[in-house]
Order: sequence, then structure tokens, then C-alpha cells
Amino acid sequence: MLETIQLLMQGFVVVFEPQNLLLIIAGCTLGLFIGAMPGLGSVNGVAILLPLTFLVPPTGAIIFLAAIYYGAMYGGAISSIMLGIPGASTAVATTFDGRPLAKQGMADKALIGAAVASFVGGSISVVLFTFFAPPLAHVALVFGAPEEFALMMLAFATFVGLGGDDIFKTLFSICIGLVLSAVGFDIISGEPRLVLWDITGFLHGINFLVLAIGVYGIGEMLWTVEEHALGGGKSMLSDATVTVKRTMAALRELLKTWKATVMGSFLGYFVGILPAAGATPGSLMAYGIAKQMSSEPEKFGNGAIEGVCAPEAANNAASTGSMLPMLTLGIPGSPTTAILLGGMVIWGLEPGPRLFVDHSEFVWGLIASLYAANLFTLLINIAFIPVFIKVLKTPFTILAPIIFTLCLIGGYAPTQDMHDVWLMIVFGIVGYLMRKLDYPLAPAVLAIVLGPLAEPALRQSLIISEGSFMIFFNRAYAGPIMVAALLLLFLPLFKKVYDRMRAAKPAAE
Amino acid sequence: MTVRTAELLMALMMGLFSIYLMYKSAELPIGWIDEEGPGGGLWPFWLSTIMLISCGGILFNWVRKKGAIATSNRVYIESHVLGDVLAVAIALIITVALFSFIGIYGALPLFLIFYVRFMGKHSWKLTATLAILIPVVIFYFFEITLKIILPKGITEPLFLPLYKIFL
Repeated sequence: MLETIQLLMQGFVVVFEPQNLLLIIAGCTLGLFIGAMPGLGSVNGVAILLPLTFLVPPTGAIIFLAAIYYGAMYGGAISSIMLGIPGASTAVATTFDGRPLAKQGMADKALIGAAVASFVGGSISVVLFTFFAPPLAHVALVFGAPEEFALMMLAFATFVGLGGDDIFKTLFSICIGLVLSAVGFDIISGEPRLVLWDITGFLHGINFLVLAIGVYGIGEMLWTVEEHALGGGKSMLSDATVTVKRTMAALRELLKTWKATVMGSFLGYFVGILPAAGATPGSLMAYGIAKQMSSEPEKFGNGAIEGVCAPEAANNAASTGSMLPMLTLGIPGSPTTAILLGGMVIWGLEPGPRLFVDHSEFVWGLIASLYAANLFTLLINIAFIPVFIKVLKTPFTILAPIIFTLCLIGGYAPTQDMHDVWLMIVFGIVGYLMRKLDYPLAPAVLAIVLGPLAEPALRQSLIISEGSFMIFFNRAYAGPIMVAALLLLFLPLFKKVYDRMRAAKPAAE
Repeated sequence: MTVRTAELLMALMMGLFSIYLMYKSAELPIGWIDEEGPGGGLWPFWLSTIMLISCGGILFNWVRKKGAIATSNRVYIESHVLGDVLAVAIALIITVALFSFIGIYGALPLFLIFYVRFMGKHSWKLTATLAILIPVVIFYFFEITLKIILPKGITEPLFLPLYKIFL
């Protein structure tokens, strides 16, 4: 405990270096803008802007990207409330009551409620994070290849068991991500592998950023172009009056919502840890529970401020939660953290529990930066609410070409090969077409990041056991993890059989 | 084209792609090698096999008409939207193709002019500002600060004096 606080203080020393402080402020502001733009969320921002971080050392880079992640979670609420269009899927639940409040002329109350709840959610979760992470990393230090592989299986199984998408499409998405990550060279024998259509560009493998920017940059933008054309290019922006007096009154009223906010924070944090769950279901669940807890549930949907606070606290807490497995186990808890994890590999860090031992400055710098980012985002957000509302008025036809430009260059920068830019365009277009058919794409992005870690873990395990798969079941940690993964994998099947049995019973009687 | 038809075509295409991946993986040993462990093709081969099985599952649901997508008779991409999406996709492809010929600083302004002026119908003044400003910022950030040389094509000689100043 005392040691943790000491390490955290060292982290703050890193954070208060002028360059890192500037990176946090820049990241929070950029994140707020990205989050506020309809359609773009943290994952798009982090994917598109990661190539810019080659400029600074890894600690600065991760601090910057984590600040974007944070800022985007706050920013998502702005377009949910002002336009009624969620800034990202994570802010869907915020529209339920945020939009009615805005229509009643109380947009400022909703915005302030969202900002304060986000701050509380962020603060509670980051404290939980600080004290959960070191023991978990400590346990994970004894993990060998079989445990690592079992954990990755568990991460993928959560998508199948809890993701809620079509099972076959989810499986397909996971496997295509893993196969794409196997392109290039076989790491053990050194032979070229899967050089598709014998195009030499595939020899250096497929960088995860090419898929991530393709899907979350190009694909997402094509999706938005379509939405934009469908909506006729017009949206209804609410008015917001922001005065000091009204702000103080809104803050006083927020005291009543503490229960919903605290509940949302804890719920969001624990849901966020699960790879397939994360901020979107976390905030939806928080909304549902807040409604049940409320003494006036009928107000929900008609502008209850608790209905804004609970999901906003939850989605921020979930973003912190999703960093826990990323940092301690090397398993990302969300698509955004998958991209952060991929970034760590590019920066030359090996993800996993050894980070806490070998790169303590990096780890604690990141954790301390979360405290700072949380505070800065709150201040920037409240101080510049009118500015962010103006951002929503920026025509899409100006933002879109700028984002496309960033994508094209971001696709080129990591490997400096035109082959990758072409591949990114292909991923973008195919990803867009698949998304229209409800193929989940987050598992593929997670898989292309984890693939290069999963395959050696599997092969080493099998070499240790001389080919027996029992190695995943008869070890103290790997066994339970693998069993849990298998249970999750077959959960949809169990559910189906159960439903069928229940449906059959009344008929038989 | 309806969503239902698109679902069928996508599953068939991805099924074929899975078979191709299985075939490519099998260029390396996909079994157990004595004294060495699993062959290099084992991992991608079995994953591609699961991909193929998944496509089979999607097709099976398509035939049984199960699920929202497999039964949807909505239009896959609405015709009045298709124009915009296609225009953007084609503009992107042309821009990337031009990178290798007239370079990033020739292609990007063209793309920006196309998007801001013709898709967005903004004024020429705004169009020109963006078409000049964005490439300049990109040059400054990527080439000077990050030292990442972007493709220039035939415009390379024009940049030699700039390299001398900044690099």
C-alpha cells in the first residue's frame, strides 16, 4: 500500500515534466473535440493520431493517447446532448435523458452534469485502478506461455459469449484478425508465410495500424458520409445558455445525483475490464440500474439528470477499467486499449506484467497521468463548453477531408510503404461493407494486435507439453482460465438449449 | 441489391478467401514436426478453417432465413446515398494512385479541392486556404519534425532545396 503510493508519487514527477503536462492538455483538448464530433469516438481518435506520437518517447506517447481516450469519453456527451446524436456508441445512453433536457432549454445543466459525473467516474475508477493493478500484475508475474494463451482465449471468448453479435460473424472476425497477423514470416522457422498473391509488400507483415486506421478511420468515415447523406446533411442543434449563476445552480442540483453517479462509476469500472463489454454496455447497464434505483423512475426519458450522470460516470470508469488488463496482463479490455497495446509494441515495450518491474516509470507515469487528465478534462470541458458547441457547427465536408488526409498519411508513416496505404483503403472499404452487414469489427482489431503474442504462446506451450493440449488444463492458473474461456465460448449454445427446453415444457404439459 | 443478397455475396466471398488462406498456409508444414514442435502453417491453417466454418454457418442461417440481416429486404446502399459514398471512395483511390506519380503534395491539394469545393460546395477562398494550409502543416509535421519522407513522385526535384534547408 505504502509502496504503491510511493510509486504513484514517482509517476506524478513524470507527469509534471513540462512536455508531458503539455501532452496531457493537448490530448484532453483533442479528445474532447474528437468525442464531440458525431460518429467519431476514442477508438477513431487514437487510431488516427497514433502515428503522430512517434515524435515523443513512449511515456509521453501513451500519456497523450490516454488523454485522448479520456477526453473523447467526456466529449461524446456533448453531441449526445446538443444534437441528439451520440458522439460515439459509448454515449448512446446519454441521449436518453440528455436530449430531452436540451429540448427543455436545460442543455447547460445536462452538459455540466455529464462533465461532473465523468469526473467522478474517472476519479473513482482511477483510484480502484491504482490499488488493483499492482497485485494483479504481481500474480501475473508467474504466468508462463500456457497462462498467456489461456488469457487470450478468454479475451476472445468474451466476444462470443457476451458480445451479443452473430456468433459466426464474431468467430470470423476474430480468426481473420489472427490470420492477418500471421502474414509475413513464421517467427520460429523464419520462413516466409502467407505472402498473399505473392505480393512482396506482404513480406513485412500487416501492421495492426493499417487495419485499425482502415476500419476505424476510412471505414468509419465512409459510414459517416452515408449517414450524413441520409440525414440530408442537416441536424438540429439545441441552444445552450451558460452563465455563472446557472452553472452554480446546476452544480447544487447535482448533489442529489451522487448515488446514481457512484453506482455508475463502480459498475462501469468492472464492466470495462471485460474485453467484449466495455463502455457502451457499461453505460447502458448503469442507465437501467439508475432508473430502478430512482424514486421517480417515470422521469427517466423525459429529462432526469440522473439519467445523464449514471451512464457518463460509467463510460469514463469503463475506459479506465479497460486499461487494467492491458497494463497488467497484456490483454486489452477494449478496441481503444488494443490500439494502445499495439502502440507499446511499436515503441519497443513488451506488454505484460513485466512492465511493472522493467518499465516502472512508464506504468506509473501513465497511471498518474490518468489523475491529471481527469482533472484537466473537467476544467477544459466546463470552461470551453461554448467552444465545443461551436465545433458541432463545423460542416462535415470540411472535417471529413482533413480526417481522410490524416488517415492516408497515418497509414503510410509506420512502414513507409505505399503497399500499406493501398491495403488500408481495401480494409476500409471492405470493413465498411461488412459493418453494414453487422459483422463486428472490434474483435478483428483486437486479434491482429494479440495474434503475434498468441501464436508463440501456443507454440511454446505445445513444445513444453510435447503436443498435448492438457497443458492448458492441468496448471494452477491456466486451467481455471481456460475452463472459463470454454464456458463463455459455449454460453450462447447453452442459452439456446435452455430456451428450447423451456419452450418445449409448457407444450408437453 | 437487398441486404439479404449482400449477405449471401459477402459470405461466399469470405468463404473463398478462407479457402485461399488455408491453401496458402499449407505451403508450410501444418502438422507436428518431430523434435521441433508445431509447423509454421499450423496456426493460420486451423484459423482459416474456423473462418470457413463460420462462413458455412452464416450461409446456413441465410438458407434457413434466420436473423435480422438474412431476412432483410431493405436496399443494401440506398441509391441517393450510393453516389456520395462511391464518389468519396473513388476519390480516395485516385488520390492514393496519384501519390506515386505527382507525389503527396500534388495529390492532396487535388483531393482537398474536390472534397471542399465539389462535395461541400464551399467558397473558393476557403477551398484554396485548406488546399494550401493542410499540405504545408503535413510537410512541417511529418517531414521536418518526424523525418518521415513522404512519396513525392515526379515532384521530388522541387523539394531538394527544402531538404537542404530543413534536413
